[in-house]
Amino acid sequence: MEETSSTLSRRKLAILIVAFAGLVAAPPFFNLALPGLASYSVGLLTEMLIFGLLAMSLDILLGYTGMPSFGHAGFFGVAAYAVAVLSTRHHAGFWLTVAMGLAVGTLLSAAFGLLVSHVRDVYFLMITLALGMVLWGVSYRWIPMTGGDNGISGLPRLESHLGIPWSGPLPFYYLTLIVFLACCALLALLVNSPFGLTLKGIRESESRMKSLGVNTWLHRYLSYVISGAFASIAGILWAYYNRYVSPTYLDLTASSELFLMVTLGGPGTLVGPAIGAGAIVLLKNVISAYTERWLLILGAVYILTILWAPQGLWNLGGRHRSKS
Amino acid sequence: MRKIAAVFALLTVVSAARLGGLAGQTAPRPPANDPIRVGFVGPLSGAYAQNGRDIQNGMLLYFEQIGFQAAGRKIEVIAEDDEAIPATSLTKARKLIERDQVDVMAGALLSSTGYALAPYIEASQIPMIYPVVSADDLTQRLRGQWIIRTGWTGSQPNHAFGEYAFHTLKLKKVATIALDYAFGWESVGGFQRTFEAEGGQISQKIWCPVSVHDFAPYLAQISRDVDAVYALFLGRSALQFMRQYEEFGLKKRILLIGAGPTTDEHVLPAMGDEALGVITALHYSAALDTPANRAFVAAYRQKYNKIPSYYAESMYTGAKWLVAAIEAVGGRVEDRAAFLQALRTVKLTDLPRGPVELDDYGNPIENVYVRKVERVNGALQNTVIATFPRVSQFWKYDPAAYLRQPLYSRQYVPPAP
Repeated sequence: MEETSSTLSRRKLAILIVAFAGLVAAPPFFNLALPGLASYSVGLLTEMLIFGLLAMSLDILLGYTGMPSFGHAGFFGVAAYAVAVLSTRHHAGFWLTVAMGLAVGTLLSAAFGLLVSHVRDVYFLMITLALGMVLWGVSYRWIPMTGGDNGISGLPRLESHLGIPWSGPLPFYYLTLIVFLACCALLALLVNSPFGLTLKGIRESESRMKSLGVNTWLHRYLSYVISGAFASIAGILWAYYNRYVSPTYLDLTASSELFLMVTLGGPGTLVGPAIGAGAIVLLKNVISAYTERWLLILGAVYILTILWAPQGLWNLGGRHRSKS
Repeated sequence: MRKIAAVFALLTVVSAARLGGLAGQTAPRPPANDPIRVGFVGPLSGAYAQNGRDIQNGMLLYFEQIGFQAAGRKIEVIAEDDEAIPATSLTKARKLIERDQVDVMAGALLSSTGYALAPYIEASQIPMIYPVVSADDLTQRLRGQWIIRTGWTGSQPNHAFGEYAFHTLKLKKVATIALDYAFGWESVGGFQRTFEAEGGQISQKIWCPVSVHDFAPYLAQISRDVDAVYALFLGRSALQFMRQYEEFGLKKRILLIGAGPTTDEHVLPAMGDEALGVITALHYSAALDTPANRAFVAAYRQKYNKIPSYYAESMYTGAKWLVAAIEAVGGRVEDRAAFLQALRTVKLTDLPRGPVELDDYGNPIENVYVRKVERVNGALQNTVIATFPRVSQFWKYDPAAYLRQPLYSRQYVPPAP
């Protein structure tokens, strides 16, 4: 049994508060403690937040509704492409660009949701995988629109596009943090609402939920769309962060890495996937600075997690062994 | 809980107070007797690891030959693996520039990586050497200031090769078969442009996905009435293509020509007799018979126990270019404007590939070699059969007129004369 955030233990609540404080206070701390490293570290933190948000959005599907999506990076990438195309080729304003990025990602998930919401488990996995590949193919081959393999570069800076007077890694980080926290709050509200509890019910036993009179198809459909919308927000941030988009944002590797982030952190916990995402981003970038064999270490971490923390890092040492 | 809240509130206040002052702060520069830091980013794992390692090997070979010293300063190389993923490349470039404070960057393999890094490099104003990335527009319609390309553009050798194919090889009708991405389009486009301008005809253009495993469906499409087939493949796909081209009985009947990488030394040792007689064009061949190249090949063989590919030569030249510029500014790379100027005006004549200088757009003017695969002393090599000296990325066209034309694409049709 996973805990819902309303029954979070005091220890975990304390961890969350410290983490929150850390996220707010880290950049100035970096500046004080390691002046040379500050902007790079802030950049890494920004990346961790963006992927944390993306992993949380997948968690709605994978962890709460029990639908293993293997094409989730598609919505992330499509939103990023919308931002890139509008801001470079059409010189659209900031709010229009962001609104369209969000709309394109969400509408696409609404359309795909119609195709996938009636299936479960491995069938769901295969159809989402196929749809993800289709999106990748479109990004790769629709060259007049996407630039193909070369991608689209030269996006404006988020700070100047938004029209705020500051620029640099710090303002970007705090903007990302604000978006991240707002999304966290919305997602936490969602999973603790009757709607969210119904999703969990569907995960545990769809037939029982049906017999209770719940329209399970609609719930699964909505969870798919909501999850696509939050993935789009992460995609918008990622496009602005890199000021570049390419088909690698939505390829199979991206989707499967995302899957690993959720599994590593602990599906069905919201916090876990964010931690998983942060851990993977951190490991990839920190270890690779010290050894060429960093993939070996990353692989070992996955195996160790599966052996000793099969419920994910967030559930490490938790109280749910009694379930057996 | 209240204590935690109090600590948290304090941290928030402190961080908010510091926020404004920190935004524009830059880290102090190291003193001038510090080593010159070179940041290298390239694929060291994944599908393109071999190409990435060749590039890195070439660089390390040159730095080793000069004892990691230039203009009295030590050279320190910090290498990062980008897995050939553009976003990873950006993250690693940020790490190298912002954390390691490198003085100059080098590396990158794929066009996508090249395009992804370019705006960041321009914004951070750290010069970067692109030894391999051959996307035409990086030194044409989308050119910047801080990227110094010491490699080539995809169409550059093919412009020369198109003319050679028509006049010397006496070909009239050619089918092309190539990997379906920007590098393929630019190579085929360059060849088509000059070949058709001279009077030849490209009767068919066949595109294979980059992930192609079996060439049978594509080879079956080739019309049997062409004089030659022009091919562009890399790595595994080049090996597979050569084998199947022979198995289909095409080798006996239709001459095979192509872009240089198809028979480059990164795949040539793994090929057999099926590669014999294939004619390609590139700005380098390991079989080039000059003193500079003989010395380079011998040194490379001794250190890495294999024949250098054009990837290896690319960053050997890149490193030499870098050192020439460091010496031109007397080691004062901290004066970035002067250093950049030096990098853009370097002229070298004793490179393995021959003399190189940059044009006004930042792309090398260099020799293009037409090479034919032959077996010499039991090993395959790209014997040079013709040399086009000092070829520019614009070939014989006027740069301004050239740049008004669209970039070579999948649907490229040569402009009416």
